[in-house]
Amino acid sequence: MSLKDIIAPFSVWKRAFEKPYTTRKPLDERPGAPRFRGFHMNDMDTCIGCGTCGEICQNEAIDLVPVSGTRHGDSGLRPKIDYGRCCWCALCVDICPTSSLGMSNEYIWIDNDPEVFRFIPGHDDKPWNNSELGYRKAEGYDLLDGKRVEMPMLSFEESRKSFIEMVQGYSVEQAKAEADRCVACGICVATCPAHMKVPDYIKAIRDDDMDEGLKIVYNANPLPASCGRVCSHTCEYVCAVKHKGEALSIRWLKRYIIDQIYLGDYQKVLEEGEPGNGKSIAIVGSGPGGLSAAYYLSLLGYAVTLYDANDKAGGMLRYGIPEYRLPYDQIDKDIDYIQSLGVRINQNTRIGRDIPFLTIYNEHDAVFFSTGLTDPYGLDIIGEDLKGVIPGLAMLDDVTNGITPDIQSSVVVIGGGNVAMDAARTSKRLGAEVTVLYRRREVDMPAEEEEIHESQGEGCILITQAIPLRIEKGDTTRLKLYWGKAEMVPDGPGRRPKPVLIEGSGEMIECDTVIPAIGQAADFSFLPEEISSNLSFKRGYVEVNEFYQTADQKIFAGGDIANPQRDAISAIANGHSAAKGIDIFINNFSDNRNTSGENQ
Amino acid sequence: MVDAKKQDVRSKFPPVENGKSRYNLNSGKYLKIWQGPQHPGVTGNMSLELTICGDEVVDCKTHVGYLHRGFEKLMERRKYIQCFPLVCRICVPEPDFNEYLFAVCAEELAGIQVPERANWLRTLTLEMARLASFLMWIGGQAGSLGMGTIGQWTMTMRDYMLDLFEELSGGRVYHMYIIPGGVRADLPAGYGERVESTLKQVEKVLKDVELSLMHNYVFKKRTKGLGIITPDMIDEYGITGPNARGSGIKRDIRKDNPYMVYNQLDFDIITETGSDAYARTWVRLKEMYQSIDLIRQMMEKMPKEGPFFQKLPNVLHWKIPVGQTYHKSESTRGEYGFYMVSDGTELPRRVYVRGPSYTHAVTLMERLAVNTNIADTAGLMVSLHTYPPEIER
Ligand SMILES: Cc1cc2nc3c(=O)[nH]c(=O)nc-3n(C[C@H](O)[C@H](O)[C@H](O)COP(=O)(O)OP(=O)(O)OC[C@H]3O[C@@H](n4cnc5c(N)ncnc54)[C@H](O)[C@@H]3O)c2cc1C
Ligand code: SF4
Ligand code: SF4
Repeated sequence: MSLKDIIAPFSVWKRAFEKPYTTRKPLDERPGAPRFRGFHMNDMDTCIGCGTCGEICQNEAIDLVPVSGTRHGDSGLRPKIDYGRCCWCALCVDICPTSSLGMSNEYIWIDNDPEVFRFIPGHDDKPWNNSELGYRKAEGYDLLDGKRVEMPMLSFEESRKSFIEMVQGYSVEQAKAEADRCVACGICVATCPAHMKVPDYIKAIRDDDMDEGLKIVYNANPLPASCGRVCSHTCEYVCAVKHKGEALSIRWLKRYIIDQIYLGDYQKVLEEGEPGNGKSIAIVGSGPGGLSAAYYLSLLGYAVTLYDANDKAGGMLRYGIPEYRLPYDQIDKDIDYIQSLGVRINQNTRIGRDIPFLTIYNEHDAVFFSTGLTDPYGLDIIGEDLKGVIPGLAMLDDVTNGITPDIQSSVVVIGGGNVAMDAARTSKRLGAEVTVLYRRREVDMPAEEEEIHESQGEGCILITQAIPLRIEKGDTTRLKLYWGKAEMVPDGPGRRPKPVLIEGSGEMIECDTVIPAIGQAADFSFLPEEISSNLSFKRGYVEVNEFYQTADQKIFAGGDIANPQRDAISAIANGHSAAKGIDIFINNFSDNRNTSGENQ
Repeated sequence: MVDAKKQDVRSKFPPVENGKSRYNLNSGKYLKIWQGPQHPGVTGNMSLELTICGDEVVDCKTHVGYLHRGFEKLMERRKYIQCFPLVCRICVPEPDFNEYLFAVCAEELAGIQVPERANWLRTLTLEMARLASFLMWIGGQAGSLGMGTIGQWTMTMRDYMLDLFEELSGGRVYHMYIIPGGVRADLPAGYGERVESTLKQVEKVLKDVELSLMHNYVFKKRTKGLGIITPDMIDEYGITGPNARGSGIKRDIRKDNPYMVYNQLDFDIITETGSDAYARTWVRLKEMYQSIDLIRQMMEKMPKEGPFFQKLPNVLHWKIPVGQTYHKSESTRGEYGFYMVSDGTELPRRVYVRGPSYTHAVTLMERLAVNTNIADTAGLMVSLHTYPPEIER
């Protein structure tokens, strides 16, 4: 023991003169650090209610509760956080795909009512709602991947010369990696017209369980080989992951599942239908609407007979959409399976011409028609009837039928939708120089972005704000197309600006062929007067209820003639709803509901 | 405990039969008292069942079970990413070792390589955590021997360290900063300067602590000879960390099995030979200076930029291939380890946490407490630097 040991401790007496370190609330304020994980805040307008925050929260502190009317791609729910459970880990902030969720640096909140500590950040009025400081996901750190696994595609060099399918499909590794990006929020399910269980089949891909995937897909869509290629994929536009960059490649993942399984193996995997119930249904039109209704009706035990005017089934999938987007063998794969369930398809049978509508109406327990849009709109300009003016639909129809359309070496396509793009790119493949004229701006084009991009990649020239004026016989070419420049004029709030011809502007293109592709209308002439007078029509659509039942109880209708989306998946969804509707109708309301089997 | 045969009636020790002490509490010679689970001297929620003779401890039984939160079991029901906010809670004063070990086990099994800078930032946090944890421990060590004021100074310094953690990670106590894949954020702008100024303050206080504690007649008198750990006990009990180094054993995982960037840092294993509470106090005090030095070295040597996080598979359904692994690191209290078993699903099959306090507080304490004064048991226990939360998980 030294003297130091006695004296040394006293040397720290000096500390008595130091200033206290204590923060004297409320005299002193001590704000949380700029990154402090304090109380949550949420930008209500950016949040889409995907629930991923709730999914990751290990404390189950987050419930998704309804707060507002639903916007497109928004579940209408918002996270409500229970501060009795939260541990302020901020994983919810890290995973939030829209980055709407954050934390303020506020950390003192006193109340004598425990209920208030369950609150909806951003929705409930809190002093920290607009705090600049607080925890945000750091740059360079991310739990989700916004980048899509690139799809192997034919190069434009190759694609413009052939009808070989352009999109080549994912490999196993690619599909799994892409499937891994899904957050399984299900906003896609709500948006898909057929409400396909997307997260579930994506999970099946991750689990390498193709049988499970096939089952899930067929539960809502009996044309997946086709849809996996050409679906309008509204799901991808609302995908939560899209907020981080690129949406999940939902459509191509569906295709991946189908590509993995031979048609011959479907039967081992998919559910068997119910035994025949002795009822029969007639379906007019073998497009996606008719085929879908046929599939689900035969699963329910109905004897289904399909009538179609064309040589082969598939409707616009086969006769409209070109082979390089949807190869015929893939449509066949879908149809062959439906047919294998016992669906009878009578091709080359036009109802109204070959068989009167009333015949099938009287012979069957119910009728479903999904006859599509077959009458192309005219351009309504002088010279439209000249040789060399070929409607897009007719031209595409020829190609499917193996007839080389007489387009010669230069083509002008008029229109901005998918039909216009298909006609243009098909013409390109047939060796023509192609120009596309569209009335509005590129952003207004109804065709899909990738279609526009690919058509240009293949060398089609796009001229926007161009209004066709008249067509004349050409000198060196077959035709001369005169067109004028349009300016975009505002058309009232909430409406897109409309194109108005600039007086005096006039240009001319020499070409051999003009392909109008500006839309098409339905042809209801197959319905006899006594039937059509009972149905109601509105703006070219036949009016139906939620089960796609028309005003005539026994007649159901769907597809392009009954829904404004006018795409394959909506037609498929309509067919499915109609099948359910027909089943309900026949079991409950039909006159001969008790005579099941008697007249068989 | 003494052998029954050698039993002397005047001995304070009760006779031992079949390896168990037998005392007659009615004899008036012995008294049983409980220290804890609510007692400032027992470093948290555990208790000592002391049998005393006069004021001397003749038998000690340790009891745990007051703090079982079931973390290991909880992890079996959580996805890997969801375990990440859990693990820090296993040990309050020093959460970062849990974060690091959980991350490194998951990364090894999943075959994920973290960027270099992440390892520097991780090591930095571990040393900051060591310093902060020791600052709290001093308070206990001094306080348990009646010098509460020293603890107030060091707790303030710990709070300043927590300010640094708050700035870096957004949290003061539970940092949740080391995540599988790397760390969650880079250093904030100007962080180095604030680290340095805090370290300077801490150093100043440590000097005062040294004067008022290590050169304090009372402290010396009470800690010298208290809780002697002899070299033969080291492996028998599985003693690691400063408890071993205080007995002259050169054992430090940072040197023996260097992980992360420790082999790029310049430091020696600190040992003392006294084997008692006083020696252990010196080891820890010197290790605090060492941590300060290591933090400074890292702030200087660390690459100034570069990625700090390696992208993981989607954590919402991250499956880790079948496998098992054990990783350890040198915590303030010795070997801290995580044993992880994956069965290939989204949930860990088993995560076992090896906290050094298990050996030190449960078995070693039972032995060392015998023959001490009641008044010294608190000081003794703190000198083993034990934390019940990591015993029970
Ligand atoms: C060129 C083109 C490209 C398209 N691209 C896409 C795309 O990429 N993605 C997408 O989702 N959608 C696309 N569509 C739209 C899609 O093809 C249609 O929405 C879908 O096919 C509509 O299905 P449906 O069942 O209503 O009728 P349709 O597919 O039009 O089929 C109707 C069927 O009914 C038959 N029919 C009509 N009247 C009679 C009668 N009286 N008797 C017997 N049979 C009759 C027709 O022969 C035809 O087979 C495209 C359409 C076209 C024209
Ligand atoms: S994860 Fe983000 S966008 Fe989704 S519900 Fe939560 S806060 Fe909203
Ligand atoms: S901070 Fe963590 S515990 Fe709290 S709500 Fe978010 S995820 Fe859940």
